[in-house]
Amino acid sequence: MSATVAAGPQHTPTQARRAKKRARNQGGNVVVYAIALVVVALTLGPVLYGILGGFRSNAQLAENPAGLPAPWVLDNYLGVLKNPDFWQYAMNSAMIAVITTVIVVVLGIMAAYPLARYQFRMREPIFMVFVLGLLFPATVAIVPLFILITRDLHMGNTWWGVALPQAAFALPMTVVILRPFLMALPQELEEAAQLDGASRIGFFWRILLPLSSPGMVTVGVLAFVGSWNAYLLPLLLLQGDMRTLPLGVADYSSEHSADTAGVFAFTALAMIPALIFFLAMQKRIVNGLQGAVKG
Amino acid sequence: MIRIVAQEVTYVTGAAAETSASQTETARRAVGAGMTEKPQRRRAKPADRRKTLEILFFISPALILIAVFMLLPIIQAVRYSVYNWKGFGPLVDFVGLKNYARVLQNEVFTDAMIHNLIIIGGSIALQLPIGLGIALLLNRKMKVQSLLRTIIFVPYVLSEVIAGVIWFQLLQPQYGVIDTIMSKFGIQGPAQGWLGTPELALWTVLAVLTWKYLGLAVILFLAGLQGVPSELYEAAEIDGASWWQIQRKITIPLLGPTLRTWGFLSMIGSLQLFDMVWILTGGGPANSTTTMASFLVSEGTKRQNFGVAAAASVILFIVALILAVSYQQFVLKRDAQPADERIKAKKVKA
Repeated sequence: MSATVAAGPQHTPTQARRAKKRARNQGGNVVVYAIALVVVALTLGPVLYGILGGFRSNAQLAENPAGLPAPWVLDNYLGVLKNPDFWQYAMNSAMIAVITTVIVVVLGIMAAYPLARYQFRMREPIFMVFVLGLLFPATVAIVPLFILITRDLHMGNTWWGVALPQAAFALPMTVVILRPFLMALPQELEEAAQLDGASRIGFFWRILLPLSSPGMVTVGVLAFVGSWNAYLLPLLLLQGDMRTLPLGVADYSSEHSADTAGVFAFTALAMIPALIFFLAMQKRIVNGLQGAVKG
Repeated sequence: MIRIVAQEVTYVTGAAAETSASQTETARRAVGAGMTEKPQRRRAKPADRRKTLEILFFISPALILIAVFMLLPIIQAVRYSVYNWKGFGPLVDFVGLKNYARVLQNEVFTDAMIHNLIIIGGSIALQLPIGLGIALLLNRKMKVQSLLRTIIFVPYVLSEVIAGVIWFQLLQPQYGVIDTIMSKFGIQGPAQGWLGTPELALWTVLAVLTWKYLGLAVILFLAGLQGVPSELYEAAEIDGASWWQIQRKITIPLLGPTLRTWGFLSMIGSLQLFDMVWILTGGGPANSTTTMASFLVSEGTKRQNFGVAAAASVILFIVALILAVSYQQFVLKRDAQPADERIKAKKVKA
């Protein structure tokens, strides 16, 4: 960074500025790229090691833990892909995530609409209910939730039993993100729709829903990610065939702890589809998190 | 969905009244004066009832879901916490605050609270400077910037379980990669392994958490940096400020709100820490990595001490509330004030 410190003579500001800009862009960059490379290595190293580890045999892993696959072994991955349990877990994860996402998005946009665009006395108090909901993590209520779902509702070991509480705990964040989004839509749109004879519900259905689809995608992606990665609630509620991928990965790794290569292959396959989806949706996730940060 | 259509149909019949009502409403809003409000409100009464129905229709599903799956369990947690209950039969053995006393006198739980506090402090102390450093370095015109961002984001989108399982393998004593690489440099890893040594286990968990959540910090900081107007940099450069001076005097202060809210998110996350600990250590060795969440889960599910688990979860909530409120009071206050003024300004304009 020292290159940027060189202070040029002040009587030729544009020249000095250009020179400094050049210095900033070139002198610093070598250091920056070097640091970036270290960060990338540390970030990706463990993930790549897991993926590559799946291509090695246990003998290779034992002989030289830090080596590369030589020769490349496909058996571990094929073994997981032929394992019906893996597909069952993936199916459960996907279904629970889809149900959660649909509930969150539909109920979230419905609740956010009057809170954003109706004038009524209880508006702010009701919104506060959602804001306060942010303060209650599922962890706090996990034991009674477990009892409620397994004993009172008899939904233990079902997709809905996990999806409904997950949706409930995701709703506060969803409403908090969506409300300012809906508020930002210009009032003129609503007035124009009213002049054309649309009711408030017609406005919601024909104009507001299409216009707020970016916001809905954002909260939908957040809900999906949260559900896909969830561990605690599925851990308490799901057993056997109903387990989700995180449970499957955790159980596989403790049941087959001797088969390190198999554990790597199972873990890698469990993360790759999610990784691709989440990285494709990266912008939405970041937007959503920022939206939550800004409130 | 069917119901929405039905409402729309019923609406068409009452269209005239509705339109006039909404017109008066917009008029009222435009005028914004209390004087004309009274007579108009009387005229709009049937439409008001419709409006209330609409509001109920839109909001109640979400509120019902929250009431059943969030509020009810929380109330139940408070109820269970004053009974000695093993999960069988009715709640009869009322013990008052004894469960709370049992939890608070239990060294495993008080240690767990300390572990949570260490994780909160450690996460912020590690991720803030490192994340800020990386974000400042990446906040420049670089060809590979978006690729770098994506890479840094990878650990965050992995589930804690997957990250935990991979790190568990990496951290295996002797045969794990980390110990292997270290021994090549002549350093011997701890005999019981990083996760097996009580003095090291919590710090190892903290290191893995830092790896996992650093990306979120960097991404949020970078997004915050985009909001700093580039004219400021140019002006400072013209005035002869060095790169370091610019970061210290302009960038970081303007990034304040982002940093403070990130700190809040990080704190709340650390308080609930469960998954990673459960995968890496299960709370061991010798309870050296137990967190409040892992304590209450093992009390509740393994030992069936529902009363004790409930008391622990109420305490966890109170701790979270106290920390959240004091953070709000002491750290976020500065951000809240200008926001309030902004809202006021908006209202005045409207």
